[in-house]
Amino acid sequence: MAATATAPGAPTSRLGKAATELDDRLIVAGPVRRTLNKVFPDHWSFLLGEIALYCFIILLLSGTYLTFFFDATMIEVQYDGQYDPLRGTEMSGAYASALDLSFDVRGGLFMRQLHHWAALLFVASIVVHLLRIFFTGAFRRPRESNWLIGVVMLVLSLLMGVTGYSLPDDLLSGTGLRIISAILLSIPVIGTWAHFAIFNGDYVGEQIIGRFYIAHVLIFPAILLALIAVHLLILVKQKHTQFPGPGRTEHNVVGNRLFPTFAGKATGLMLVVFGVCTALAGLVQINPVWLWGPYNPAQVSAASQPDWYIGFLDGSTRIFPAWDINLPGDYTIPALFWPTVVVAGTMFTVLALYPMIERKVTKDTASHHLLQRPRDVPVRTSLGMMGLTFYFWLMVAGGNDVIADKFDISLNAMTWIGRIGVIVLPPIVYTITYRICLGLQQHDREVLEHGIETGVIRRLPHGEFIEVHQPLGPVDEHGHGQLAYGGAPVPKRMNHVGGARRAIRGFFSPIEQPSAVELEQRGEGRGLAAGEASRELTTSGRPSDGGRPSDGGRPQDARD
Amino acid sequence: MSTTNPHSDAPTEAVSSPVDRARVRRRSKQRRRVANVAGLMASLVLTGSLYSVFAPAQAADDTTSESAAEAAGRELYERSCITCHGENLEGEPNRGPSLIGVGEAAVYFQVHTGRMPLVRQEADAPDKPTIFSDEEIDQLMAYVQANGGGPTLPSGDLRDGDLAEGGELFRLNCASCHNFVGEGGALSSGKAAPSLKDTSDTELYAAMLTGPENMPVFGDNQLTPDEKRSIINYVQTVKFQADPGGAGVGRIGPVAEGLVVWVVGISVLMFGIFWMGSKA
Repeated sequence: MAATATAPGAPTSRLGKAATELDDRLIVAGPVRRTLNKVFPDHWSFLLGEIALYCFIILLLSGTYLTFFFDATMIEVQYDGQYDPLRGTEMSGAYASALDLSFDVRGGLFMRQLHHWAALLFVASIVVHLLRIFFTGAFRRPRESNWLIGVVMLVLSLLMGVTGYSLPDDLLSGTGLRIISAILLSIPVIGTWAHFAIFNGDYVGEQIIGRFYIAHVLIFPAILLALIAVHLLILVKQKHTQFPGPGRTEHNVVGNRLFPTFAGKATGLMLVVFGVCTALAGLVQINPVWLWGPYNPAQVSAASQPDWYIGFLDGSTRIFPAWDINLPGDYTIPALFWPTVVVAGTMFTVLALYPMIERKVTKDTASHHLLQRPRDVPVRTSLGMMGLTFYFWLMVAGGNDVIADKFDISLNAMTWIGRIGVIVLPPIVYTITYRICLGLQQHDREVLEHGIETGVIRRLPHGEFIEVHQPLGPVDEHGHGQLAYGGAPVPKRMNHVGGARRAIRGFFSPIEQPSAVELEQRGEGRGLAAGEASRELTTSGRPSDGGRPSDGGRPQDARD
Repeated sequence: MSTTNPHSDAPTEAVSSPVDRARVRRRSKQRRRVANVAGLMASLVLTGSLYSVFAPAQAADDTTSESAAEAAGRELYERSCITCHGENLEGEPNRGPSLIGVGEAAVYFQVHTGRMPLVRQEADAPDKPTIFSDEEIDQLMAYVQANGGGPTLPSGDLRDGDLAEGGELFRLNCASCHNFVGEGGALSSGKAAPSLKDTSDTELYAAMLTGPENMPVFGDNQLTPDEKRSIINYVQTVKFQADPGGAGVGRIGPVAEGLVVWVVGISVLMFGIFWMGSKA
């Protein structure tokens, strides 16, 4: 970054001179330096949102390539391309151009598959990112606005998915379009008019592909792009949250500078995401439209499913009872209205308003920059797991016919498994999660109080066996640790605190000699192995060794 | 026997005398009478024997008119099928349908795909390794065909049809149960439309003709023989066609793709960011 090289005195190198010339005119050295020195906290889970960002970049690039060849027209043509089993078939121009993209355009099939895989990964990474934000409490004040923007972007990406799914006008996407049309029609009072407005008349008309196309390539991406910019600007302005740990407070940010560490990691991750997407696009077939055939409203195939992110709505529709509400005067609220419009509307409203709801309930209106471990907020964690179970079970129900077919289960049984599970499982998961959270909390407290279990068994003079515990800090007269829980991970094993020799470096395979490391550690005199001879093991994590032997080794009730 | 020919001696008698002539007249009258009776008898015998030759098989005596194949088929039938389909192919209530009129095509499909004999009564009959040899299947087919008739197996090239038309017809008539390209699909209450992956041309044709299990019958009025051949051509062509986009993941679309995205895509990326996280 030559632009930051503002050494006192005149620069001597050619690069330095050029940079000075540039800075004289644009005055960028200060802001660039500030930006490059901005510190980002470091944790693997903070990279999840970045995956979505890089997927979006792939989507923009591959999508642009596809627009060069895709023709969003519903004019009937007779196919005359490379794919023999469809030659001579009547189809829409959109489907014909999707076939041409797959068989006649150089790199077209790869780009189509890249676009589709990146889209599936895009939504998946948004969901995983959202879960990280939710379970660590990163949405709390002052970040509610960014949470809201995030939920809106999630909904937008679903709409992007739905419109994109419909574009090739094959038998699968047309079936989806028919369902969209039915959902629109099911909305009381405005349904028919909404349908007419979107489809320009009755299903299917001649407009819808063209309209979805503009929505898919222009309107939604533009909004999404703007929201991504706002999302990131707010993130930079508010600074990234960080997990509690040594030296980390509500008022600082501990991490790496944007340049070079963070930039290096981000670039690396971008290349990984590109690599995964292109590998999938090149190796695994997705949405083979030529096998589906052209759309014809008279035809439908078994196992017609939406892409995974709409699967939960398909599932809710499949398991919802056929409860049409017939009102006087020939008015009907179709059963379809509830599992689609109402379920989706409720789910996303609750999701969007969750920060406000939690603020109301907990009366916690303070600003938070330190994250929470999920175990420390058992109610939120359990609620999240409950919602996730509900969502997951609906998604499973969305593929119930495929599951029934592949695992030889009755489809009727699958429907009832869906119905009963969606009601019974979430409370069960809530209870189990809550107990797990409490258990983990208590274990943290126990280790802080009694020390780490060393695995060393000692026999006392009177014959009792105790396990030696390693306190994490100074102990009081009863042998209890005095460290308070700070919201950070508590070391649970001796080698977390350097008890054993340090780990051999290397992620995939060792990049150093284990024996050399051991020698080095011996030399330093650290750890149990080295200090065995000189150290006397006296701490048992029980009321001091002078206490009553009958209490030995048992965890004590917390007294504070 | 030239002496019995009336024409050889009649002229000589006719020219002898008037008395002779009268005698001849009397004699010829007598002869006519005998000839009439003989003719009647002959025609009766002829009609009877013709009737016995052309009469329907079941009217004839079993033991004498049944061919060897039919007899062997009957033996197989009485060993393996009679429990559910009855002594006279009339079916048994709650066990098996009547086989009168199902024809050899149905026998071929059910037995050749291993669906029959059934292992147990359940939602539908799964295909399994064939129990009978081809020869035995032929015998069973002959027996059922001889005792009730019905659709027969086609001959010739069963893929002799238009590929694109076959695809259109497949999507219209078959895809709603068998999926876009014949991967199969679930039906209600544990029944299923099977995958067409291992199905032969003849089995496909026989299935359309006879409508096994839950499948509707596509008689020659619904799908002409040419249209059936087109469908078979499409199914078999697409089945053996390579997937240009890479691994086919079952060719069932979004469910498998969603699974791949989560199990492969997200897992690999998670691994990637873990790896990066360890490089702090």
